[in-house]
Amino acid sequence: MSAGSVLFDAPGPRTRARHRVYSFVGAALIVAGVAYAVWRLWDTGQLTYERWEPFVTPRYLEAILVDGLLQTLQMAALAIVAALVFGLVFGVGKLSEHRPVRWVSWLVVEFFRAVPVLMLMILSFFAIFSGVDEIQRRAYWSVVLALMLYNGAVLAEVFRAGILGVPRGQAEAAYAIGMRKTQVMTEVLLPQGVKIMVPAIISQMVVALKDTSLGYYILAPGLTALVKPLYQGFNNHVAVILVIGGMYVAVNLVLTAIATWVQRRYVGEKDMLKVSAVGEQGGGMDGGPAPTN
Amino acid sequence: MQVVLDNLDVVLKAFGYTIALFLVSGTIALVLGTVLVAMRVGPIGVLRRFAATYVTLVRNTPLLIVLMFFSIAAPKLGIRFTWLDVHIGQWDFTSFFGAAVAGLSLYTSTFVCEALRSGVNAVPLGQAEAARAIGLPFGGVMSQVVLPQAVRASVPPLASALIALLKNTSVAAVFGVAEAVSRMRALTNNFPGDRWEIFVAFALGYVILVEIVSAIAIFLERRWRVA
Repeated sequence: MSAGSVLFDAPGPRTRARHRVYSFVGAALIVAGVAYAVWRLWDTGQLTYERWEPFVTPRYLEAILVDGLLQTLQMAALAIVAALVFGLVFGVGKLSEHRPVRWVSWLVVEFFRAVPVLMLMILSFFAIFSGVDEIQRRAYWSVVLALMLYNGAVLAEVFRAGILGVPRGQAEAAYAIGMRKTQVMTEVLLPQGVKIMVPAIISQMVVALKDTSLGYYILAPGLTALVKPLYQGFNNHVAVILVIGGMYVAVNLVLTAIATWVQRRYVGEKDMLKVSAVGEQGGGMDGGPAPTN
Repeated sequence: MQVVLDNLDVVLKAFGYTIALFLVSGTIALVLGTVLVAMRVGPIGVLRRFAATYVTLVRNTPLLIVLMFFSIAAPKLGIRFTWLDVHIGQWDFTSFFGAAVAGLSLYTSTFVCEALRSGVNAVPLGQAEAARAIGLPFGGVMSQVVLPQAVRASVPPLASALIALLKNTSVAAVFGVAEAVSRMRALTNNFPGDRWEIFVAFALGYVILVEIVSAIAIFLERRWRVA
């Protein structure tokens, strides 16, 4: 079971006996912890039927799925599609031969990666979209814009790393047979780079989806917007947060599974492409799955 | 810029809270993350699975939901942070701060765990085997060969996790901590004509803080890099 670890040898009989004791104690502690948590929930009356009723009532369930989940997914999807365009423009821009283009792209990417998403949302809501009268729509698009800017900046790095990941001979060969700069990029580099970018892009969707929840601060629609009305109506603070959180986790797990599958299927066992959060950190960014947020 | 300069004390105090959140939750997250990674890569199957499940669950939950749990749901379960009531000069650290720190630390600890784990995974198996072959005991293998390399390889992902934490402290604004983003929102409401200036000033504040963390990480990486 632990044959492949650098941290310890394959255990002998005495170590195995010791590990059995640790396993037993560990399992007992975990069970005790879970039992205490459940008892705590039960003792404070959080497990009563009335508090969970809205989640088995079709009318409320429909509201949660349509007004909540669907809106959240829509915002995340729009943001990612926009971010792909944004990322492609600035990612390729960072590789441009023209210094001003490279410089501007670098500035834009670094700026939006360093600034908190919540801040971008507030800016969008109070400054950029301040002309929009309908508050719901204004908040909705503020969330989409903020997520586009942040995730676009991260995806720009993904695109750049993906394009740079294509062996140099490919571009050289393409130039040698007389292709032009744009052709080399669109016909040779991008199609090959996309393969290693796709898992990283799907991982970024997880980040975007999680960050849609920040729309709560500007009263945007989506799953988190339902939390308050639900607990005000049913006094079920704990249940609401567990269910809404669980829905985010479920969607994210599906996305992660897709990313892993794509990685296995199209890229092989190589580590997923990773880009640093901020700044040009030299080397060593490989290893470890999934994104940092 | 005049608005920002007039309110410079407010702005600086707001970033002070941001930095306080970052330092306190960062420290707790590093400790928790280390404990988690020890369970995650250790030889005990039960603990390994527990840590893996915990990391997967918490990491896929939005930070807002985690903080929401500590500020809205936890009080209903009797978990309150009212015991926290520290006043240092004009700085107040109350239950809001406590709830934010709890959420931020738990959330970030999972990313710390993954960063450290990727560092351990980056050490080639042959290194440990060679160390054993020359007769080093377990302690020697760890302290002389495996961990020095693992720590070096963890620096960049760890820096990413901490930079993310620095930006994530902004979510505490939603739950009543008067840190930078919440102050920015208040200022833009009070001076609607100067929104862009206020935004640029606060954004620069974040950029500076992020660059500081990033510079420290690059310095450590260079310093510890093997020739």
